[in-house]
Amino acid sequence: MSDEIGKPYPRRDGRAKVTGEAVYSYEWPVPGILYGVLVTSNLAKGRITAVDSAAAEREPGVIAVLTPFNAMKLPGGAKPADTGDRVVQVLQDDQILYSNQPVAVAIADTFERALHAAAQVRVSAQALPFTVRMADELHAAFPHDIRTSAGSQPADQLRGDVEAALRRAEHKVEADYETPPETHNPLEPHATLAVWSGDRLTLYDATQGIFGVRKKLAKAFALPPGNVRVITKYVGGGFGCKGSAWSHVVIAALAAKQLGRPVKIALTRPQMFGIVGGRPQTQQKISAAADKDGRLIALRHETVSTTSRFDDFIEPAALVSRHQYQCENIETKHRLVRLDIGTPTYMRAPGESSGSFALESAIDELAHELGIDPIDFRLKNYAETDPIEGKPFSSKSLRRCYELGAERFGWQKRTRRPELVLRAGKLVGTGMATAAYPANYTKASAIARMNPDGTVLVQSGAVDIGGGTYTVMAQVAAETLGVPYEKVKFDLGDTEMPEAPRSGGSITAASVASAVEAACRALRQKLDAMGERPRKPVEALGEVAPSEERKKYALHSFGAQFAEVEVDPDLGMVRVTRLVGAFAAGRILNASLARSQFMGGMVWGIGMALHEHSVYDEKLGRIMTRDLADYHVPSHKDVVIVDPIFIPVEKDDVVDPAGVKGIGEIGITGAAAAIGNAVFNATGKRVRALPITPDKLL
Amino acid sequence: MRLFTFQRAANVDEAVASGAGAAFLAGGTNLVDLMKIEVLNPERVLDVSRLDLAKIELREGALQIGALASNTAVAEHAEVMRAAPGLSQALLSGASPQLRNAATVGGNLLQRTRCAYYRDLGTRCNKREPNSGCDAMEGWTRMHAVLGVSDKCIAAHPSDMCVALYALEAMVRVRGPAGERDIPIGELHLLPGDHPEREFSLRPAELITGVRVPIDALAARSRYVKVRDRQSYAFALASCAAAVQVEGGAIRAARFALGGVGTKPWRVPEAERSMQGRPPTRETFARAAEIALRGAVPRRDNAFKVELAKRTAVRALMLSAGAPS
Repeated sequence: MSDEIGKPYPRRDGRAKVTGEAVYSYEWPVPGILYGVLVTSNLAKGRITAVDSAAAEREPGVIAVLTPFNAMKLPGGAKPADTGDRVVQVLQDDQILYSNQPVAVAIADTFERALHAAAQVRVSAQALPFTVRMADELHAAFPHDIRTSAGSQPADQLRGDVEAALRRAEHKVEADYETPPETHNPLEPHATLAVWSGDRLTLYDATQGIFGVRKKLAKAFALPPGNVRVITKYVGGGFGCKGSAWSHVVIAALAAKQLGRPVKIALTRPQMFGIVGGRPQTQQKISAAADKDGRLIALRHETVSTTSRFDDFIEPAALVSRHQYQCENIETKHRLVRLDIGTPTYMRAPGESSGSFALESAIDELAHELGIDPIDFRLKNYAETDPIEGKPFSSKSLRRCYELGAERFGWQKRTRRPELVLRAGKLVGTGMATAAYPANYTKASAIARMNPDGTVLVQSGAVDIGGGTYTVMAQVAAETLGVPYEKVKFDLGDTEMPEAPRSGGSITAASVASAVEAACRALRQKLDAMGERPRKPVEALGEVAPSEERKKYALHSFGAQFAEVEVDPDLGMVRVTRLVGAFAAGRILNASLARSQFMGGMVWGIGMALHEHSVYDEKLGRIMTRDLADYHVPSHKDVVIVDPIFIPVEKDDVVDPAGVKGIGEIGITGAAAAIGNAVFNATGKRVRALPITPDKLL
Repeated sequence: MRLFTFQRAANVDEAVASGAGAAFLAGGTNLVDLMKIEVLNPERVLDVSRLDLAKIELREGALQIGALASNTAVAEHAEVMRAAPGLSQALLSGASPQLRNAATVGGNLLQRTRCAYYRDLGTRCNKREPNSGCDAMEGWTRMHAVLGVSDKCIAAHPSDMCVALYALEAMVRVRGPAGERDIPIGELHLLPGDHPEREFSLRPAELITGVRVPIDALAARSRYVKVRDRQSYAFALASCAAAVQVEGGAIRAARFALGGVGTKPWRVPEAERSMQGRPPTRETFARAAEIALRGAVPRRDNAFKVELAKRTAVRALMLSAGAPS
């Protein structure tokens, strides 16, 4: 009953998922359902002049083809419900703004017939000039403030005099780094099922945030939010792309309304590339300098990332340089350029993963230039307080992470000079990097109910995108109430439940655990006051929100990544033979699920370092790596030893009532840099543009 | 996918008799995939997957491999591993275990290109739709060919197995309305030329029934090297099947075929002859590789393949010759 928190319980949804019992959003059994398949544009920019759907409509089972010319007008319009909500393209006008944009939807009585009908639709359009090349628009780059789960922050920040420090520096690195556009590819593609009953809409949606979806749909159809119910019981991976309600969600509801029958739409794999975001391309420039003792005296981190013509998403890649190392002179700049592409979005550690590649590579370059061990160099510049704001850290165990990781990895045996170690004909190299991610926390609520039979039901309108919310919240409730874990059921994913935040920014565990604790504490008080076992169910609500106290601190998780690679000296193929990550992230709720989360992030780090790249055909403005054979993520053979370790309880009384720092994203931060640094150590070649493919090492 | 008629052939004769205008279905890993995205749209699909053509045996100095033997069965066959290890290695370097279990040798011989434009109905492709144009030419060419290209098509041949079979000088046995004939594998695949839509030298209704791989000292030395963007489940950036026979410190015979760089599996007789009588050294192999890549037409994204293919060839030849690298 006590000490339930931290125990490595297996995930509660695991069995249902592997046996196929789990009902995903697309699979809800609803009578009379129709299948929608989007028709998407081949052009990157233009105006639709006509849509010929005659051939499609002649096909058996086809009910309708909805186009900008015959789709109903949304009573509330298609504009975003609030900032941070994405601009969508939902058959309301004739504009084509990017390749693969939805321009029509074919509706039929089976998925196969809808798919075939969609392929028969011919869209005529007047083409307009466009570009998807960052270089073409760099002249028009503009600063844009940063909006993250932690709130709004300025695009640029300057402390001290970077220019002067660079001028007098004895050791200096000035280098350009690039990360390519990447596209999320959860196994479950985006999917929505829309059911109307009068003016009430129920959506079964593959989303990371049911309340955001409700808000957007309520606005689009000019309904009170209470008329829209969103249900999400299982999500087959989110990673950020399911953090927004994209075009297909609105189109499904529109089609269902117009046709008077339930409609569901799942994106095909190629439709994942453009419609539902992705990590934007970044170009980053780092100027870093150290004095002869290895103290960092200047750090400038300038980044440009891409967004669409019609919406603003910024990849805050330079944020990491504001918090990572002690330095008197720090300058960070964020710029955006507009291209004729679909709007990018949050992808696992947006900013921190791409930014840490640049910063942690540059730090490695500087350490090499100084002839100092990369860990020693980082320790010399360890930030005891936030380097810019001077705030104390609510907790910071980075030193311990360096120690634990180095010991586990065997860092002491490292050879510092490149190209010295051969193993079975392969060059072997090692590298490391710092990992960090903000400890986000926001308001959340939960309700806890004790039944007369001694079982407990706790509910919160969160979602479980695979991190283990179902499981860990039951653990938190069991420990707080002092009842056996088996007696507690935690349910989620329904807007009828108390509101919880979107599962993004590693925010769910911290926020919902705190709400669950609060609800269970309130329930415990009620029960204790009653003094006897209740004969009717007893309920208590818990609501939490960030305190003022929190603002006095810098709040982050930290870690250290260590990579060993083998590189074929002639053929350029890289294999990450070992990846060790040591993390400290507050109180760990479930050791087994935490390990999975860290591991998943680290594996993605391998993909970021070596594989992932959404390649645009610049002449067509179209992503050509449109399936999982062309868009590479690591295969099993690319993942040899991935070894996450962590501090079980990093005490932190400030970060949030539950003492939890989210772990969904820190696992990828620093990983690509550690691998790139290892490739340098193996080959003497510094690859500053990801992914590190064989051609770059020939 | 479009509506189609599905039939199942009871025997080879029946398949050939009703094969005209039909697509033969074996493992389906390629055909069904392309039908789903409406790149291939046969009106009739003739299922040959249950025909008795899956046998693998060593007979009359050759590996006789039935057209319906699965990639896995061939790759893991003891005689194949012993007598033609390069073929086993090539098969194991392709696709995933699940695909290899379903894919057949006959189907693999006819595997369509993985050109992203060929697979994307939103772009122009001469192979998919004759004379419609080619968007790949000035587009993303990283995965495209540098050898055997035409101004109509630069799509790379995708199969690893075919590259090994070419180096092994396999014969493809086909049965058609006019009877049985053997096609040297080098003549099965056509260069794109002005007609990239014509991919194979098969005549209407001809069914591949098997492959004959001559087994000799050279085949036993065969090796396959594949360079790709990840460790598994990726098409070749460059690959090479090589077989080198060394006697008394000099190369007696040598063959090598390149993959990932040609519009069909690529061999250059002059390059192979250049090694004869020479010592099995890096220099000898590098010279041969140099000759093999003459005439390469690199583009923006695949220029690196010229150098990479040479290095890959040298590696495969060294491995086959047992030379220290």
